[in-house]
Amino acid sequence: MVMLPQVEHELHKRRRSRNLGLLVVLLAFVALVFGLSIAKITSGDMMEGYDHQPRASILPKDPNPPARTAPVAAPGTPAAEAMSQQPGASQ
Amino acid sequence: MTDINAYQGPAEAGFGDYVALLKPRVMSLVVFTAFVGLWIAPVPMNPFVAFCSILFIALGGGASGALNMWYDADIDAVMKRTAGRPVPSGLVPKGDALALGIALSGLSVMMLGLAANWFAAGFLAFTIFFYAVVYTIWLKRSTPQNIVIGGAAGAFPPMIGWACATGGIGIESLLMFALIFFWTPPHFWALALFMNNDYTNAGVPMLPVTHGRKVTRRHIFGYTLVLTPFAIWLGFTSVGGGVYLAVSAVLNALFIAGGWQILRRSDEQSRADNHKVEKRYFRLSLYYLFLHFLALLVQHWVGAW
Repeated sequence: MVMLPQVEHELHKRRRSRNLGLLVVLLAFVALVFGLSIAKITSGDMMEGYDHQPRASILPKDPNPPARTAPVAAPGTPAAEAMSQQPGASQ
Repeated sequence: MTDINAYQGPAEAGFGDYVALLKPRVMSLVVFTAFVGLWIAPVPMNPFVAFCSILFIALGGGASGALNMWYDADIDAVMKRTAGRPVPSGLVPKGDALALGIALSGLSVMMLGLAANWFAAGFLAFTIFFYAVVYTIWLKRSTPQNIVIGGAAGAFPPMIGWACATGGIGIESLLMFALIFFWTPPHFWALALFMNNDYTNAGVPMLPVTHGRKVTRRHIFGYTLVLTPFAIWLGFTSVGGGVYLAVSAVLNALFIAGGWQILRRSDEQSRADNHKVEKRYFRLSLYYLFLHFLALLVQHWVGAW
């Protein structure tokens, strides 16, 4: 095989600068979008929009929420049995 | 060194040539004024979201710069000041400038909408349209008032910054607009008074070319007088205060004095000392705008009214 001398023209240098520049710009853009996502999610903005399907999570907050009651396990499940074995259990 | 070229191939642009398409020096002004508008607004923003918003506003400004260089390549080639730009010097093809301008416009507007809000994004889209289409394509070559109307494009960034934080417009942001809007004509006409030949050769209807230099001097002084009340008024709004008013009073007194000197001079006097007063006034105008916005920042820091 004949080895050709590697001659780097100035043109190749410019082309490389363009490619490296684009690489840096794209990486920076990825980092930016990631950072924006983190900033938006942690700042607690309302991230859910209305998608034509009513659901509890987009209802306005109840100013007088009902008092919390103890969780009730479905009958026949291990959790229900565990609760029934506790002293003072209603089931 | 021997360098033999059989033929002159197309020049290859480096990364920096594409950056130059975005007019980095204009961008720095956009970044600064947009930042001030965003920062002094009464609604606090997450610092990273604020940083991204400024970045996308700057990118939008850069996009309109690229569109301007695409459309103006023919006159840029004639003017000494702009002949070295990437498109007229043959480094970047015209189509590339157009593609970059359109792509970055879309990207910057979408990203600003996602980062801040859609009112600010719409405002940015309008600004790009205003600079690229209304100013560059339509008015720049057709009326000597081109500078006045084009100045509006440069005056929008602080309003966009304010809109990023508040989602709307306020008297403060309108007055920041007025400050840049009425500052632009005297600034550029002073430049035109000592760079006249460039614009004459390119056939751009600048006021000194179409209406003569005496009229231009009158216009410079007139706009200086119009500018002053708006600059002072800003000091009496919610973003103003003692620091801003003091700085503004000094700068406006200097600016009016400079405008008065320009008005009283004849062209013979001007040529005799190589446009000394005009050049000084031009330099003062740069400080005028920078220090006004810096004063707003300082005022916000020490506490406004």
